[in-house]
Amino acid sequence: MTTDPPVLLLREDFDALIGALERRGYAVVGPTVRDGTIVYDEISRSDEMPVGWTDEQDGGHYRLKRRDDAALFGYAVGPQSWKQFLHPSQLRLVKADRDEKGGMAFSDGDDGEPARYAFLGMRSCELHAMTIQDRVFLGSGAADSHYERRRRRIFSIGVSCGVAGGTCFCVSMETGPAVTDRTPHDLALTEVIDGDRHFFLLTAGSDEGREVLAELPVTMASEDDRAAAAERVDRAAASMGRAMSADGVRELLRENFDHPRWEDVAQRCLTCANCTMVCPTCFCTTVEDVTDLTGDHAERWRRWDSCFTMDFTWMPGGGARQSAKSRYRQWLTHKLSTWHDQFDSSGCVGCGRCITWCPVGIDLTEEVAAFRESDPQNPKSPAP
Amino acid sequence: MSNILHTPDPAALRLGTMLPEPFVVVERNEETADTFTLTLCPAGEGAARSFEPGQFNMLYAFGTGESAISISGSPEKTEGLVHTIRRVGTVTSALDRLVLGDVVGVRGPFGSPWPMNEARGRDLVFVSGGIGLAPLRPAILHALAHREDYGRIVILAGARSAPDVIYHEQLHSWMEESGVEVKLTVDQAGSGWHHHVGVVTTLIPRARFDSSNAIAMVCGPEIMMRFTAMELARAGLSDDQIFVTLERNMKCAVGICGHCQFGPGFICRDGPVFRFDRIRHWFSQREI
Repeated sequence: MTTDPPVLLLREDFDALIGALERRGYAVVGPTVRDGTIVYDEISRSDEMPVGWTDEQDGGHYRLKRRDDAALFGYAVGPQSWKQFLHPSQLRLVKADRDEKGGMAFSDGDDGEPARYAFLGMRSCELHAMTIQDRVFLGSGAADSHYERRRRRIFSIGVSCGVAGGTCFCVSMETGPAVTDRTPHDLALTEVIDGDRHFFLLTAGSDEGREVLAELPVTMASEDDRAAAAERVDRAAASMGRAMSADGVRELLRENFDHPRWEDVAQRCLTCANCTMVCPTCFCTTVEDVTDLTGDHAERWRRWDSCFTMDFTWMPGGGARQSAKSRYRQWLTHKLSTWHDQFDSSGCVGCGRCITWCPVGIDLTEEVAAFRESDPQNPKSPAP
Repeated sequence: MSNILHTPDPAALRLGTMLPEPFVVVERNEETADTFTLTLCPAGEGAARSFEPGQFNMLYAFGTGESAISISGSPEKTEGLVHTIRRVGTVTSALDRLVLGDVVGVRGPFGSPWPMNEARGRDLVFVSGGIGLAPLRPAILHALAHREDYGRIVILAGARSAPDVIYHEQLHSWMEESGVEVKLTVDQAGSGWHHHVGVVTTLIPRARFDSSNAIAMVCGPEIMMRFTAMELARAGLSDDQIFVTLERNMKCAVGICGHCQFGPGFICRDGPVFRFDRIRHWFSQREI
């Protein structure tokens, strides 16, 4: 991938970008405000975006607040992630029909043409999350056709963050805040508001991205403009709400299966599964079989599932993970340790959603720090 | 369009569609009060499927759901898929209601096989608990069909009581084969039981095999496999000579639903057969 020099798009011309994407047949999905949160939905104009909004995030805490400017991307990530479009929360996998002779026929339940989405405003952590899900669904040994047929249709517009949220720690996970060539994207942009000037620096990350840029009323970016953009991203990097030392965490969790901290966190954890629903990399699903009233037409539906439910490991002999402790341990150990074994990376991108949306504010950065401070496997640290 | 970092294997993509194929029940045998064996052949023009000992299929009961069931027939015969099923839940109860001519959906085969190649030239020790004999039977049948490739064959089968012993007649016919040692044991013996009484691990010290050159294949409840591995170690086998097969709740069988994770492994894809030294760390923990 080549790094093109950035070009400048003025705020008043931003809708030209949306228009160019629509002309290419994309349904543009971007951030918008709904129910007091920033969610991703189809948009056709930039004034449907969260103009002048920002957010306040902490463990179990999320509030939208007004900014004193009219930024389009002046907030961190909300409760949703892009996985809802590539890995839908409900998907019909199979249609099964039975004839009067008892014969059975199966057909693909995911038979519609998936939308061609342009994802406008993917944060760097989210682009990393998508590449992680690429490995989960399309990496060696696995191939999810449902994910694949959605994934290959998208156009991605990354946004380098100008502000960090209160639960963000992408710097620790090396997944942001700047969109870089480490993750594939079609366009990347950085928003700059400097006095009366409001503009975006754009770079193309793909041939199609270059084609889209060529249709926009852009000008060359000056050195000062580039410096102003870099300064904003640096400021976001310096103001991360959280930090987590990822060094050695894979071994730390693997070797501390019997650590008393698991009991401690289990006392607080409601096993509500919120963290897994908001996580941009969590991928687990269950299936549900349904029939119509005639009994001759059945469907299998795939739905998001969570390792926090009792049903998740249910077998006739009893569930494998009955205690809250074992289920929290499974989630955190999978996310930060065994994910490396399975998919060659951490399962965490440092977006902080699991902290913000945990109803009791359990903070994985705090949990990891607690393990680190009292690692019985490490004689240098104090005993628990 | 954004680049996708991974270009998926087209064959794997077809697996990923999750579409079953219709198979007809051509034979049904009652094994015990709650266990039965179905032989399935492709409906219509569907092709017969080959498999390796230890692999499993996802069997779909119409409108009810899928269940992961090991293949328990001979790998030498491809004309029918043989599945021994215990009625324990909704799907297996629906499968139990099937009669000859009924249709089920089949996806598979999936999973890792028993180490039949690695075991060539060595003694084979099969240890089963209850219906755990079913996933082992293809390996036993393969070894018997290629008798010259293997040393002594030891089959140690445990069950709760005599009526719970599956493949009863076949076990007795294997006793007649030369170089094959079959020992049966039950937890509770009634009158007329002429074999051993007690847990299956007690048979291990009584069996004759060369522990320095043996491969053990073990299937049963996890607690049974834990104690069997200990007893096999006591008999002189190292952990890399012991293979176990694990069972977990499974939905997709292709490593993407997340249900069957066992430490770093997906049982459907990395297992169900594991070499014991590779999972020992996790096997010794509770609630994995």
